[in-house]
Amino acid sequence: MKWLRQLFFLQRRYDDLSVSIQEHLEERADELMEDGMPREEAVHAARREFGNVALIEERSREEWVWPKVEAIRADLKYAMRQLIKHPGFAMTAIVTLTLGIGANVIVFSVLNAVILRPLNVSEPQSLYNIEHQKHSYYSQSYPDYLDYRDRNSTFSGMAAYDMASVAIRIGKTATKNFGYLASGNYFDTLGVQPALGRFFHANDEHGTGSAPYIVLSYDFWRAGFNSNPNILGTTIDLNKQPFTVIGVASKEFHGTETFFWPDFWIPITNGPLIGYSAHYLENRSTHNPWVLGRLKAGVTPQQASDDLNAISRQLAEQYPAADYGLDARLVKPGLMGDMFGDPIRGFLAGMMILAALVLLAACANLGGIFAARAADRSRELAIRLAIGSSRWSILRGLLTEAVLVSLAGGVAGTLFATALLQAFSKWQPFTGLPFHAIVLPDEKVYVVALLLSLGSGILFGMLPAREIQRSDAAQAMKSGIVPETIFGRFSLRDLLLCIQIALCTLLVTASLVALRGMERSLHAPLGFQPEGVMLAGTDLTMAGYREEQFLPVQKRMLEEAARIPGISAVGIIDRTILGEGCCGREGVFRAGTTDFRKEIFGAHNFSISPGYLEASGMRLLSGRKFSWHDDANSPPVVLVNATFARMMFGNTPPVGQHFLLYRGTRPKEVVGIVEDGKYQSLTEEAQPAMFFPLTQEVNANNTVLVVRTALPSVEIAAALDRTLTRIDPNLPLTLHSWPDALDLALFPARAATTALGIMGFLAAMLAITGMFGMASYSVSKRMKEFGIRVALGAQRVEVMLTALGRPLLLLLSGSMAGLVLGVLASRLLALIVYEATPRDPLVLGGVLLAMPLFGVLATWIPARHALKVDPARLLRDE
Amino acid sequence: MAKNPEQRDLFPGALELMILHSLRMKPMHGYALVKYIKQVSDDLLQVEEGSLYPALQRMLREGLLESKEGISAKGRPTRIYRLTRAGIQHLEKERSSFEKMFAGITRVLTVAKA
Repeated sequence: MKWLRQLFFLQRRYDDLSVSIQEHLEERADELMEDGMPREEAVHAARREFGNVALIEERSREEWVWPKVEAIRADLKYAMRQLIKHPGFAMTAIVTLTLGIGANVIVFSVLNAVILRPLNVSEPQSLYNIEHQKHSYYSQSYPDYLDYRDRNSTFSGMAAYDMASVAIRIGKTATKNFGYLASGNYFDTLGVQPALGRFFHANDEHGTGSAPYIVLSYDFWRAGFNSNPNILGTTIDLNKQPFTVIGVASKEFHGTETFFWPDFWIPITNGPLIGYSAHYLENRSTHNPWVLGRLKAGVTPQQASDDLNAISRQLAEQYPAADYGLDARLVKPGLMGDMFGDPIRGFLAGMMILAALVLLAACANLGGIFAARAADRSRELAIRLAIGSSRWSILRGLLTEAVLVSLAGGVAGTLFATALLQAFSKWQPFTGLPFHAIVLPDEKVYVVALLLSLGSGILFGMLPAREIQRSDAAQAMKSGIVPETIFGRFSLRDLLLCIQIALCTLLVTASLVALRGMERSLHAPLGFQPEGVMLAGTDLTMAGYREEQFLPVQKRMLEEAARIPGISAVGIIDRTILGEGCCGREGVFRAGTTDFRKEIFGAHNFSISPGYLEASGMRLLSGRKFSWHDDANSPPVVLVNATFARMMFGNTPPVGQHFLLYRGTRPKEVVGIVEDGKYQSLTEEAQPAMFFPLTQEVNANNTVLVVRTALPSVEIAAALDRTLTRIDPNLPLTLHSWPDALDLALFPARAATTALGIMGFLAAMLAITGMFGMASYSVSKRMKEFGIRVALGAQRVEVMLTALGRPLLLLLSGSMAGLVLGVLASRLLALIVYEATPRDPLVLGGVLLAMPLFGVLATWIPARHALKVDPARLLRDE
Repeated sequence: MAKNPEQRDLFPGALELMILHSLRMKPMHGYALVKYIKQVSDDLLQVEEGSLYPALQRMLREGLLESKEGISAKGRPTRIYRLTRAGIQHLEKERSSFEKMFAGITRVLTVAKA
C-alpha cells in the first residue's frame, strides 16, 4: 500500500501548489486593481505577468517525480478523462477488441492445449510415437515392437501401450473402465513418479500373465476408492481376474494421450488374462499397441527413423509374410499419433485463420473508430498544436488512449474467452468415454492475448497519427484536420469499413455454410428410428463368458427384457450403429468364386437377433425377417441393404440370390432387403451393409440390447438395469438412449458448427458495431447541414437517405466482396465442415438477407437521429 | 512574461539562497516572497514565477522547507512556506560558500582591472 500513500501524498502536494499559484494570481490582480485597473483587465494582466500557469504547474510537479513518469501520469489521466467523456467511442472500441481478442484467445488456447502443450512427463520433447510411413497406420504388432526396442541404437527407451476397456468390480457393481495395457518399461521410459506405492517395471514381466499388477490413476483412486491409502496390496477384479494394486499415479499424470485419460495401467503381458486373444502378443500381423520412444541425447528424429527403417528392412526379410513393406515414421505423441492429429491440426489451422479474420475485421473497425474520433477532435488537436504543444506530445496522448483501449479490450476479451473455455473444459461430450479436453488458458495464452491486443490497438489507434504529422496548425485551426482521401471521394475510414464488412460477410457465410451442413447431417435418413429407443450395452467376454455360451444368455436377456411393461419391441445387435467402434468391413465374393484374391467390395457387417428390425425401426423393403428358426442347423441366411443388393446383383431381384464371405465356406442366401442407412458417420456416402442372424454369426464381443418403448428413458434405464443385473451381476452395463449415443457421430459436425457459429456471431456483431459507428458519426457530423436542408424545405426522408447512403453503399460493396471471397474460400471451409459449399441458394440468400438486415439494425438509431433533426434548434446552436 | 532586459539571469543556487534567507526572516506565501525579494533588492532583482514555484517544490522535496495552510494578506487561503532545521543548516552552509565565492570573484576582477 506504499504506492497508494505515495499517491495521496503527491495529490496533496499538487493541490497545495495549485492553491499557492491561484492565490498568487489573485493577489497580483488585487494590487493592479488598487492602482486603478478594471477587474477584468487586472486578472488578465496578472496572468500575463505570471506566464503559462499550466506549464509552470507542470514543471513544479515534475520536481516531485521523474518528469517522464509525471508526463505519463498526466497522459493517462487525460486519456481516462477523454474516454469517460466519450463513452460511445470508448465502448465501441473496447467491445470491438473484446470480440476480436476473445475469438483468438479461445482458438489459441485450444491450439495451445491440444498441440503446443507437451505431455506431462519429464523431457517430453524427446518423445515420439513410432508409426508407419503411410498415414493412418498408427500401431505396431507386439513382436515388431520388441524387435524395434531391442535392435535400435538411437532410442534410450521404447515403450508400448494400448487402450483397453474392462469391467472392474467395486463392491457389488461392475463398471466399465478405460485403461492402458502398458509395457513394463512404460513408466521408466516416461520418467514419471507415483503418488503412492510403486509403478511396474521391465523386470516385473516374465512372459504372458506373469505380472497381475495394476496402477490406478489418481482420479480413479479418489472417485472409485475414496482415496483409500490402504489400497496397496489389495486385489481388484478386472473382467473377473484378480489384479494386485501396487501404486497410484500422480495427480498430474494422465497417460500419454491428451484426450483419453486412463483409469488404470496394467502390464501388457497380462492382456490375454483379461480376455484379449492369445495372439495379441505373438502375432506379427495384428497391429495393436502404440509405440512410444525416447530419443537418446543428441540423436535427431531423422537419424532415429533411418535407424528404425534399417530394422524394418531386416524384419521384412525375416518375416516376409507379416512384415512385407514395413517402415517407420516418428510423430509427435499425444493425439493418438495421426489418428486425431491430422484432422485436429487441419481443423485448428482453419479455425486460426477464421479467428485471425475476426481480429482483422475488429482491427479494421477499430481503425475506423479511431479515425472518426481523430476527425472529431481535429479542431482540438489543431488548437493544441497552435498554442505550442509538440506533435510528439499529441501523439503520445493518442498513443496512451490507444493503449488504454486495447488493454481494456484485451482484458475483457480474455475474461470472456476464459469463461467459455472453462465451460468447455468441464464438458463431457461422450458418455462412457474418458474424454478430457482441458483447454484452460495459461501464461503463454495470456502473453499472446496481451501482445495481440496491444499490437492491434496501437497499430490501428495510430492510423490517424499520419494526418496529424502532416497537418499545418494554422490551416487546421480554420477547418480542422482534413482527412486524407483515397480514390477521390473515399477516406481511409470508408476503406476500412468496406474491408471490415467484406471480412464479416465471409465469416457469416462460413457459419451459414456450417449450419446448413449440420442441418443436412441431422436430417439425412439414418435407416433407423432412434427416438424412443434405449440401448443397453454389455460385454459378455468381460463377464467371463466364452463364445459358445453367448447365445443362451442373449436369449434370456431378450425374454426378460420383453417382460418389462411398456416395452413394444426388443432386439439385439452386436455393435451400436453410429456408435464408438462401429463398424467392421468384410469382403464379399460372388457365389461360386474360387479365387479369393480380390473381393467385389467390402460391406459393413452386423449380427442381429429376431426382433431387431421392429426395435430399431429399420424397414424391410422386400423378403422376410429372421426368426429363431434360422439357427446353426439351418442354411445360412443374410439381410442386405439396398446398396448392397444393387452393387452385388444389379437389376436381378436379390431375394433368393447367394454370395460368399472369404472366411465362410457355405454361401449365404439373401432372404430380405432392408433400407439404406448411415453406419459410421452421418456424412458418409451410401454404404453396402449386411446383417446376419446372431444364431449363425458372431462378429464382435458386444451385445447391445435395443429396446423400443414409450416410457421415459430414466424409468426404462432403471428397469433394464434391474433385469440385466438379475441375469448376471457381473455384466458391465452402459445404458443410454439412442439419440444420446448419436452424440459421437455428431461430435465433429457439432464442434465445427459451434465454432463457426461463434465466429459468425462475432463477425455479425462486428459488422453491426462498425456500421453503427460509421452511420452515427456521419449523421452527427452533418446535423447542421441537415438542419439547413430541412429549413430550406428538404424532405426528412431525403435527408436521412443522404446521411445513410454512404454506409449502405459501403455495406453493399463490402458484402458483395465478402460473398465472392466466401465462394473462393470453399476449400478453407472444407477443412472444417464436410461438403461445405457456399454455392447453396439458401446460404447465398441467407447472406444477402442477413447483411442488409444488419445494416438496418446498425443504422436504425442514427437514422432516427437524422429524422428528428430540428432546424430551428440546430441553427441556433452554432 | 514581461521581462526587463536590464535584469540578468541569476546564477545557479542564487534563487534558492535568497528564498531560504527571506523565509528565515519571516515565513511567507508565494506572492509575498516575490514582492519581498523585489522590494528588498530595490527592484534590481525580479524573481520569475516560472522558476520560483519549481524551486519551492524542489526545496520542499529536499526537506529544506515545509508548507502549511494559511491565510494571505487579503484573507484568501494559501500555503505558507517556512524553513525547517535542515533548511537553516543548508542556508548557513550555502551562505558561507557563496561568500567565499564572491570574495574570489571580487579578487579576480580587481586583478584584471590593474
